[in-house]
Amino acid sequence: MDVRFINPFIAAVKNVFNTMVTTQITVGKPYVINASQEPVADVSAVIGLSGDVVGCVVLSLPMQSAVNAASKFAGMELTPDNPDFADALGELANMVAGQAKSNFTGFNVSISLPSVIIGREHVVSQSRAKPRLALPCESALGTFHVEVVMVVNRPSAKQAPAAATV
Amino acid sequence: MRILLVDDSRTIRNIQKNVLGQLGHKEIAEAADGVEALKAIAESKPDLVLIDWNMPNMDGITLVRKIRETDKALPLIMCTTEAEKSRVIEAIKAGVNNYVVKPFTAETLAEKINTTLAKLTAAAAQ
Repeated sequence: MDVRFINPFIAAVKNVFNTMVTTQITVGKPYVINASQEPVADVSAVIGLSGDVVGCVVLSLPMQSAVNAASKFAGMELTPDNPDFADALGELANMVAGQAKSNFTGFNVSISLPSVIIGREHVVSQSRAKPRLALPCESALGTFHVEVVMVVNRPSAKQAPAAATV
Repeated sequence: MRILLVDDSRTIRNIQKNVLGQLGHKEIAEAADGVEALKAIAESKPDLVLIDWNMPNMDGITLVRKIRETDKALPLIMCTTEAEKSRVIEAIKAGVNNYVVKPFTAETLAEKINTTLAKLTAAAAQ
């Protein structure tokens, strides 16, 4: 994945959680996911990307982090059996993907509606043809990660995103 | 004042309801997509509509265009993750009166609602 797209996701995770969940997020060093060391999650909120950039953004959390994040975002205790639980996490992923893609200056990108997977220790298996990048996140809500797979489909004729630092 | 909230996320609609409640607005209806919203508008005749962009069945920009086919005056505020300048321009051309980008603070949402209503009140008074 083009490293120039990493910073928008880091900034988006921090801003979305700070604004909507009033929680500071520390994003660790991004790393390429090794197929032999797949990160597992209990809850994953998936957003597809299409247009000039194609790929997928996945907000993946262990169950307790997911319960904490969803509950704080919604302003009430949410458990996985409550339909608002998946809704809250899907909306967080929606905002992370939406804010990140708005900083891909000059690229016309659309995002899908979120899909939320709830299942203990699952893996969201994406195309292995492209590198998958994980952004490890730590917060008072617990740890989680954001996984990004992206390919530039049609380089824009206009300005590209500013260079990212990792 | 009757307000319609159109967003496929109930979490977002609840947050918007809380903000509106703090502003003193209690008559609030909800819709989860553009199709439901058109029915709700016909039934409840809201005075203000907050609209998300990305929704199933009928997205927000399509909803705005449909509303404006027959109602040029109904105040519409788009509340969405779509933050690119091109999207904002598209929404304004479609007929929204204001635009709020997610994520938003309660203060930002309140300010946009109050500003929109104040402008329309001032325009109506002229």
